[in-house]
Amino acid sequence: MEKSLKLEILDILEDNAKTTPEEMSLMLNVDAGTIEKTVKELEDEKAIIKYSALVNREVIDEDGDAEALIEVQITPQRDYGYDDLAKRIYRFEEVRAVYLMAGTYDLCVRIKSRSMKDISKFVFEKLAVIDGVTNTVTVFIMRKYKEQGVVLVGEETDERLVVTP
Amino acid sequence: MRSFITKTVANMPPSGIRKFFDIASEMKDIISLSVGEPDFVTPWNVREAAIASIERGYTHYTSNHGNPSLRRLITRYLRERYQTEYDWKTQILVTVGASEALDLAFRAVIEPGDDILVPAPSYVSYMPGVAFAGGTAVPIETKECDDFTVTPEALEAAITSKTKALILPYPNNPTGAVMTQSQLAAIAPVIEKYDLFVISDEIYSELTYGGNHCSIASFPGMYPRTVVINGFSKAFAMTGFRLGYAAGPEDVIAAMLKIHQYFMLCAPTASQHAGEEALRHELDTGFAQVNKMVSDYNRRRTFVYNSFKKMGLSCFEPRGAFYVFPNISGMGMTSEEFCYRLIDEKHVACVPGTAFGEAGEGFMRCSYASSMENLKEALKRIAEFIDECRK
Repeated sequence: MEKSLKLEILDILEDNAKTTPEEMSLMLNVDAGTIEKTVKELEDEKAIIKYSALVNREVIDEDGDAEALIEVQITPQRDYGYDDLAKRIYRFEEVRAVYLMAGTYDLCVRIKSRSMKDISKFVFEKLAVIDGVTNTVTVFIMRKYKEQGVVLVGEETDERLVVTP
Repeated sequence: MRSFITKTVANMPPSGIRKFFDIASEMKDIISLSVGEPDFVTPWNVREAAIASIERGYTHYTSNHGNPSLRRLITRYLRERYQTEYDWKTQILVTVGASEALDLAFRAVIEPGDDILVPAPSYVSYMPGVAFAGGTAVPIETKECDDFTVTPEALEAAITSKTKALILPYPNNPTGAVMTQSQLAAIAPVIEKYDLFVISDEIYSELTYGGNHCSIASFPGMYPRTVVINGFSKAFAMTGFRLGYAAGPEDVIAAMLKIHQYFMLCAPTASQHAGEEALRHELDTGFAQVNKMVSDYNRRRTFVYNSFKKMGLSCFEPRGAFYVFPNISGMGMTSEEFCYRLIDEKHVACVPGTAFGEAGEGFMRCSYASSMENLKEALKRIAEFIDECRK
């Protein structure tokens, strides 16, 4: 399948994963069968990893999970560099994301757990004790304003008049 | 007491859009496809530039022409995007929206007794603008079968000894039509033959699909007889900033400036700073934000156009602006009736084609400057309505 069609489909699904092949067919001027086939290909080659909803739990559960970013300094290992230590960290269930950073620390680890206490416990019992981890700084997320390009607080309403020339 | 209102103003019918607005704004829960402005909010960098300019105390008049830095950017923009070369000092005038630029052009060029050709259907302001300037607007009906463009035959047929100028509103509101380079090349000799002036309203120039906009001023023979009107509202989602400009021959810009300096003095200063940021940012980033917006509009355009075709309506494929103009003449009612019933029965607001002149009868304007979710729901309801009409 051509690359531009694939990119168009990724764009549309990234914005709204519920868009149906029929709707995409109308949006892209491509028959629905081709769309379905292309989506399947994108899934097979892991360009589409999974379909999930962007949720804001706070709306129904104010005492929801706690989240933190942990700045981790590590000593890279001969032959493995950072990859092996990253693997030892990202395998934990609590770890939502791991990024290798350029700057004053090496790995940025996003943790999600039931409470701040749980997260602290995870850091000093599981993370800080790993061989090669030399330092950690834990910063807690207090409020999410924007996630994946979407503003979560307040609503931007359509301020336009209903009919304009 | 006698009436003090001039006959020209008293006899001018109110905008057909306005009438429709009054009805639509009284209804709750309507989905509006009647909005002639982008649904994107002005990009934050542009809003931020306006705020910063106020904070720094840039709250005074600017040069009547507009800030030099903004005019320089406008000339760079016109050169890079449309291959037209202007001197920023004498050939650019920054105005309060493209609308002011139109009004100035009309008043600078039109004398009582002059006929001005206006393609129809077209934006609502041309006919009244020409009349307020003392001229007579003569419609050239553009047809669905000609892709709503001005053909050399139709143009020549409309010209008389009184004809002075042609308004060229492409990409077009309400039809979504564009005129390609070859279509413009075909009418250029007619314009030269009859020594006409051209007022080219190119406010939707950034919003074209499947081909770049061609400015008629890029033809050497047209350049000295064309004033190009453009602005920031549609390309940069800045309608409320009221910022536009005119680019044209020195004498015409000087004449327009004369009127502008007496009554408007200058375009809002904060808006000029915002406009600078909008242009500079896009010029320096290869028009990334604009391209993203255009590809977004393009999907909606294709969706709406295909949906109308699926309903079995004849529909011209629009190549510009953000409007689709389906043919509803087979529904057994006028376009006004159709739109009233559509809003009444299905709570979807579209504008009857006749709001844009008699030539719009049999059509309606649907703006796709609305979220995909709104468009999906609105088109579902329009399809239901059309099914019911056919029963």
